Amino acid sequence: MEIRFNKTLEILYELKVGDAMKQEVITIGPGDTMAMLNDTMSKHRLSGVPVVEGGKLVGLISISDIISWLIKGGGDALIQDWMVKDPQCLYTDQPLIHAIKRFDQLGYGRFPVLDRESGQLSGIITKGDIILGTLHKMEHDYSEEEIRQYRASHFFEDINADHIDLSLSFNIAGLDFDRAGIASTTMKKNLKRLGLQPDVIRRASIASYEAEMNQVIYGGGGTMRFNINDEKIIILAEDRGPGIADIDLAMQEGYTTAEPWVRELGFGAGMGLPNIKKCADKFEITSTPGVGTTLRIEILITGAGNETTRDT
Amino acid sequence: MKLQEIREKLDLALKSSVQSLDVEVTAAYSSDILSDVISHAREGNIWLTLHTHSNIVAVAVLQSLAGIILVGGRQPEEDTLERANKEQIPILTTKLSAFEIAGRLYELGIRG
Repeated sequence: MEIRFNKTLEILYELKVGDAMKQEVITIGPGDTMAMLNDTMSKHRLSGVPVVEGGKLVGLISISDIISWLIKGGGDALIQDWMVKDPQCLYTDQPLIHAIKRFDQLGYGRFPVLDRESGQLSGIITKGDIILGTLHKMEHDYSEEEIRQYRASHFFEDINADHIDLSLSFNIAGLDFDRAGIASTTMKKNLKRLGLQPDVIRRASIASYEAEMNQVIYGGGGTMRFNINDEKIIILAEDRGPGIADIDLAMQEGYTTAEPWVRELGFGAGMGLPNIKKCADKFEITSTPGVGTTLRIEILITGAGNETTRDT
Repeated sequence: MKLQEIREKLDLALKSSVQSLDVEVTAAYSSDILSDVISHAREGNIWLTLHTHSNIVAVAVLQSLAGIILVGGRQPEEDTLERANKEQIPILTTKLSAFEIAGRLYELGIRG
């Protein structure tokens, strides 16, 4: 058999007999009767059964042996009288390509599989198992490749420059609750398309949403600018609203100046700024009463270590 | 448990036109403060709320929630449904209160 598919060939070298074999093997003892074997084989629809004594493989008996026995009258007889002694075996650590060659050479329907160290029977393999094992592996590799392609930062890999800085901006209307949140949900999709890590996308989206809502609720609207380079996302939220007199107080969870009707919509619970701080790797807030407020939020793209230590 | 199964078992009415309810619900979260939800709900959660305005869809999109259950017989506003259909977020309704429906979800093995 000549195999020209390089990828498939690679899989057949990579996969071991132990990966594709059936582990649950129905066996029979050398001292059992041929009548018992007949029952076992028809019950489990088998065409061959390994003969095992004390965990060790001592023979193999198949449907052709049963036929020979029946031709001779099918009288009382033991497995050990009809089995093939010291059958050809494979080992769990052999590459699957080796198994295929053995099937080709010998024309057998199955091989018992042994563990090389202990010599014990650990499974059985048929051509069907090889096909299934290979297909599973191909399926697995294919979906992994799909995920990898999806997540890889194509954008920054494919565009060449000494420095890349992508800038996207949105105008936010004040007190327009119908359109509120659209900038942030749109940004979430954009970040996904850029193939950034899910945790980075999540934190950037939450921080962006809270900043956007602040502009809707208090700031009389403003602008949101997102600068994305290969190191970080910088969110710059500027408004020309009333400003914040006491920033420390505004940063406290639960502190709010939202009007009751806004709070009835589920906003203005005094969690916005603390939420932003939790999500950001770096957060700066500057505000002048009567002039406006500016938030600068940085979320690092590199240094994925943040992912495990954060709890937002 | 799949959202479809939850819908059947708890007799929830589906209001938005999603293609499929074949999504795995990881847990549930109940709150009416949006900042609280986006800070504490997690991907794949089902969210119980009494808000009906369109911002609940934005919150669900941000946190990749499995869906939203409006409690106490409340019905989604028109533009809420419009946005939910666009973003493919399932919106379901129940006559039961948040407390009641949370209890039923808990009985089904859904945890917080």
